[in-house]
Amino acid sequence: MGDTFGAFQSCEGEGAALESLLLCFSPSLLPLQQRWRNNGLSADFLSDYVTTFFPKDEADPASATRQSTVKGAVSYIANELLENAMKYSESNSLPITIRLVLQADRIVFEETNVASAASAAAYRRFIGELQQSDPADIYFHKVEAMAVSGDASGLGLITMIIDYAASLAWRFEAAPGGGEAVTTQVCLAV
Amino acid sequence: MTEFSGENYAARCDVGAHLVTLSGTLRLNGIAEYAPIVALLANAAEDATAMTLDLSALEFLNSSGIAVLSKFVIEARNRGDLALTIIGSGAIPWQGKSLQNLRRLMPSLVVEFR
Repeated sequence: MGDTFGAFQSCEGEGAALESLLLCFSPSLLPLQQRWRNNGLSADFLSDYVTTFFPKDEADPASATRQSTVKGAVSYIANELLENAMKYSESNSLPITIRLVLQADRIVFEETNVASAASAAAYRRFIGELQQSDPADIYFHKVEAMAVSGDASGLGLITMIIDYAASLAWRFEAAPGGGEAVTTQVCLAV
Repeated sequence: MTEFSGENYAARCDVGAHLVTLSGTLRLNGIAEYAPIVALLANAAEDATAMTLDLSALEFLNSSGIAVLSKFVIEARNRGDLALTIIGSGAIPWQGKSLQNLRRLMPSLVVEFR
């Protein structure tokens, strides 16, 4: 079963998913630079898709704000998850997958990629840090350190928490060809 | 006037007016790919006592871009003699929280939503 951190939600079973979309990418097919733009295209596709379920109602001005808020959040979260997947995936590994699950009161993202043992260990350390401190404190501490070091890793995940009030959970499992299959789950209340 | 654009975004610097405008969707790969924008910001800030950054048509910014803006704001704060104004849009959801975060980094930062 591997290790889980945070409140990992099951998206399986009757009623768990109203709709879901699954996108898969082969890390060995194209160099990172040539597929970078696809992160944004995929994120925009997912965010456009969900707007159908948050229609604008001319009689209710708040509905337009709600649609654009959900669209912006889905686009940001999906793009950050895919950017991280592209950065930390082992080439020649299993496909990178991102699944978006629409539930009655939330949207769940599940992104899985195979990471090297070293990348997975660094990610576990970061998760430990996130779980032990206030995310806003970590954010401002990291940003100040980044201004000196130039290392901005982890900011995408922290901004999901502090700017979008998302909750995060993780699963690590041994991958068949070596390394670890790392799943990052992001729940966005809607 | 210096300006350049990439897929889905445009960047413009009016050095005389100390005004930098970023628009569109910025999802460059890591801080390194933001180097031309970092240079544009540094150029506008050089020898200036006041500077404006107009983001009111910047629809999307990834976390690397947020890192770049944060670094610029921290450097402006540390310099101590630059009055920095950021113009945002109330209609673009990401800007609400992110621009407030920048103000926490630099309390004298002026953020105007249009």
